[in-house]
Amino acid sequence: MHAFEYHRPASSKDAVSLVSKKPEGRYLAGGQSLVQAMKLRLSSPSDLIDLSALKDLTGIRTSGSTVEIGAMARHAEVAGSAEVKKAIPALAALAGTIGDRQVRHMGTLGGSLANDDPAADYPAAALGLGATIHTNKRKIEADKFFKGLYETALEPGELITSVSFPVPKRAAYMKFKNPASRFAMVGVFVADFGGKARVAVTGAGPSVFRQAEMEKALSAKFAPDSVAGIKVKPDGLNSDLHASPEYRAHLITVMARRAVEAALK
Amino acid sequence: MSTSLIGARVQRKEDYRFLTGAGQYTDDVELPHQSYAAFVRSPHAHAVLKKVNIEKAKKAPGVLAVYTGTDLANAKVGGLPCGWLITDVKGQPMKEPPYPPLAQGKVRHVGERVAVVIAETLAQARDAAELVEVDYQVLPAVVDAAKASKGPKLHDIAPDNTCYVWALGDKAAVDAAFAKAAHVTRLDLVNNRLIPNAIEPRSANAVYSRAGDDYTLYVASQNPHVERLLMTAFVLGLPESKVRVVAPDVGGGFGSKIYLYPEDVVVTWASKQLNRAVKWTAERSESFLSDAHGRDHVTTAELALDKDGKFLAMRVQTTANLGAYLSTFASCIPTILYATLLAGQYTTPLIYCEVTSVFTNTAPVDAYRGAGRPEATYVVERLVETAAREMKLDPVEIRRRNFIRQFPYQTPVALQYDTGDYDATLDAVLKLADVAGFPSRKQQSLKSGKLRGIGYACYIEACGIAPSNVAGSLGARAGLFEAGEIRVHPTGTVTVFTGSHSHGQGHETTFAQVVAERLGLPMEAVEIVHGDTSKVLFGMGTYGSRSIAVGGTAIVKALDKIVAKGKKIAAHLMEAAESDIEYDKGVFKVAGTDKKKMFGEVAFAAYVPHNYPLDKLEPGLNENAFYDPANFTFPAGSYVCEVEVDKETGATTIAAFTAVDDFGRIINPMIVEGQVHGGLAQGIGQALTEGCRYEDSGQLVTGSFLDYCIPRAGDVPSFKLDTRETACTHNPLGVKGCGEAGAIGAPAAVMNAITDALGVKDLPMPATAQTVWRSMHKAA
Repeated sequence: MHAFEYHRPASSKDAVSLVSKKPEGRYLAGGQSLVQAMKLRLSSPSDLIDLSALKDLTGIRTSGSTVEIGAMARHAEVAGSAEVKKAIPALAALAGTIGDRQVRHMGTLGGSLANDDPAADYPAAALGLGATIHTNKRKIEADKFFKGLYETALEPGELITSVSFPVPKRAAYMKFKNPASRFAMVGVFVADFGGKARVAVTGAGPSVFRQAEMEKALSAKFAPDSVAGIKVKPDGLNSDLHASPEYRAHLITVMARRAVEAALK
Repeated sequence: MSTSLIGARVQRKEDYRFLTGAGQYTDDVELPHQSYAAFVRSPHAHAVLKKVNIEKAKKAPGVLAVYTGTDLANAKVGGLPCGWLITDVKGQPMKEPPYPPLAQGKVRHVGERVAVVIAETLAQARDAAELVEVDYQVLPAVVDAAKASKGPKLHDIAPDNTCYVWALGDKAAVDAAFAKAAHVTRLDLVNNRLIPNAIEPRSANAVYSRAGDDYTLYVASQNPHVERLLMTAFVLGLPESKVRVVAPDVGGGFGSKIYLYPEDVVVTWASKQLNRAVKWTAERSESFLSDAHGRDHVTTAELALDKDGKFLAMRVQTTANLGAYLSTFASCIPTILYATLLAGQYTTPLIYCEVTSVFTNTAPVDAYRGAGRPEATYVVERLVETAAREMKLDPVEIRRRNFIRQFPYQTPVALQYDTGDYDATLDAVLKLADVAGFPSRKQQSLKSGKLRGIGYACYIEACGIAPSNVAGSLGARAGLFEAGEIRVHPTGTVTVFTGSHSHGQGHETTFAQVVAERLGLPMEAVEIVHGDTSKVLFGMGTYGSRSIAVGGTAIVKALDKIVAKGKKIAAHLMEAAESDIEYDKGVFKVAGTDKKKMFGEVAFAAYVPHNYPLDKLEPGLNENAFYDPANFTFPAGSYVCEVEVDKETGATTIAAFTAVDDFGRIINPMIVEGQVHGGLAQGIGQALTEGCRYEDSGQLVTGSFLDYCIPRAGDVPSFKLDTRETACTHNPLGVKGCGEAGAIGAPAAVMNAITDALGVKDLPMPATAQTVWRSMHKAA
């Protein structure tokens, strides 16, 4: 790890102001990706602006139709939240499968979305539920947030403050894990908003994406059979040691069907 | 009668220390004037070093020195030696290219050391290492064993990248038997390359003392005396007496810490140049790149059978990847420890094995848990199971038709098995695994969309490689004995010094059980010391499941001397004839009388020799022994694995794993079970999850745990274990060794089960979900 300056501002205003003065500075949320990259010397920020003291980025608030979660909410907090479990059990369950116990007690919702790792779980929930990402500047629809490999709509210095998830009728997330890293090799989030279904796929492409054919079929009828026969094209899907595009395409269908089954249980 | 400590589940003495974080590992050792080393490693698999510019690095803050291969060459630091000379089929010695500790002229694998930076702090050393400018002229690389002979030349001494072509057996007789066979089973097998990944990375911390002109090296090693011998005699040209090597607590080795590594040499040499303590500890990424890897064989294997399924002959052709340089024991693993095991548990009368060992642009390959024997077992047990399927014979029945039942048994591949009972372990495992109930379990699995398969493996293992003179005639450049010393203190407690080294095996407990039992003392009165050349008289260390059979026997021999001398002292004290003295459970007695002296009283008399036969007997009670075994020991066992394959995804889980082993006499069943669990987990890892992969360019694809998958607890089932016992005939404890068995037998059992579930002949390891899915996809 290279040397860096450490800051721990008390308000998001101070954080944003600090980062604007440090062009090579980075926000530090849970640090579960950034710190690893720094240890490998793949990332060398001049300054780390630790967000852990920002009270305005914490908390979980539910209204009838949405669950709003602070950007600094740790995965374990979301997984264990009675409110989230009641409103969107699939979201709590997803948070409970991220990484391992240690990661879940450090990693944050905002950090995960801002990093947009192609194999991260939270982007599947954000896109699958059609969430709104709140920043210090604006609100961004999930559909417009994820731009590509590790790339989001966030501008330099822009800070995620919270995320609002619409409450679906039913939803589920099914993940086929990479055997080594345990990240999603293919993860499929399905949500039924009553006649309107959303399907988001993570792990399979450069960034999380929606599966239109499945959404159409599930919007017509939210049932396992609606997706079981859909053959996904492998074009553009990730290829690595663990899974070819063809295998990933196959797994998308299997995981989607299993997610629908789980949602209906 | 008190209960015997032999065979007792004694809690491990070392666990308090380990579980409370009080273990003392090499990286925990901080010495006065400590400095830190960082190695500059090649990012290329094969390149000419056109220029190595260290000027910027030398001027960086805190930097004490930067050394390159040129500095070491100028200082006459030698290359790393290989401990086993293989003679090829033409009677020529194997090709031994130089293995400089820091690269000279060329680099031959990613991660090879180009320079070392030593600084006041570790961060300074690492920062400065980034300032070393290396001008590489990149060359084409070859990584696959099968392609090596036609690949770019690594070493001038071996233009076709071949280290040796070696063979064992009567080829003409084997070919003749194949010509007459009723059935021939043939398999093309790849024994996948593995990366050891001990939980404690390699580490070395050396200090030089000007006052004594001597060195102390703390190092994560499985055999400190061997490390010292190789380093002083072959590399640094120092008197052994001037170097102390300490291998303190070591967090796992699995073979990877047997060897003398370049980093150990460099920090030791540098400690004198700088007159400072120099420490290096591998980062995990460095471990992946530079620890010796394991396995990596490409094999064609054939089994000839008569019409009744009786084995007539076996023919095996293997290409073994040795990596870029010859690691310490690399040459003997795919030969002496592989071909000699191809008889397995069977009476196959004729076996021919030819091995071509090659250099490639990959990390050196050497022994890894099992070392040659897992590869051999995989060949034999995949062949046997496949032959049974092809001939429509029950896989259990075909094994029974071919079991060795007469002992001693001379195999056609040099080894002579002293004892065994293969029916006993097979009978036991069939029952324990409830093989009879498999068909109904298979039906149950089908109902939930899972294909269930069953596979067997009956392995043989050769442990405690020996005797030294035979090994020497086969090319060994070291002895294969072990040493032990018993120091009885005046108050009757005992310190045992052993040349074996514990890095997870629990010797401090097992050996203490042996000593306490033999002397009739409480466990608390016995202390085991190992891992320090200045304390232990000599030692060959721990590898090849040799510790209890060889190291334990050396201790027993020393104990016998203690008791013999104790009898002389007791005879004097009790004014009796020495021949009338009996020793039993801590008490010297005069036979047929009630006269007795406690062990402690005799010990006290030896050190306070007021009433003592000084004219006939030296005072003190301290004895040592060296033991060179007459033969290997031959543990064996039968394993049954059941797998479930998810038809949709190919994901395979181990539904059940049952192992019945014959380790001879068992000292501590709890520790033995732990060893079997670990071995099975690593064997299952090889079969299901672990596979080292290099790109064709020589970049390591599986360079971290993100891509290299060692099994987690959840990947293995709760094992069902049992043992059967035939005592080893040639050591006094009747012990055979247990450390590697699981890793030897498991891969074949797992792959036999998966191929059974899928109904396919073969499948490459590791059988990941994708591999299994592809196989099903192809079959469909």
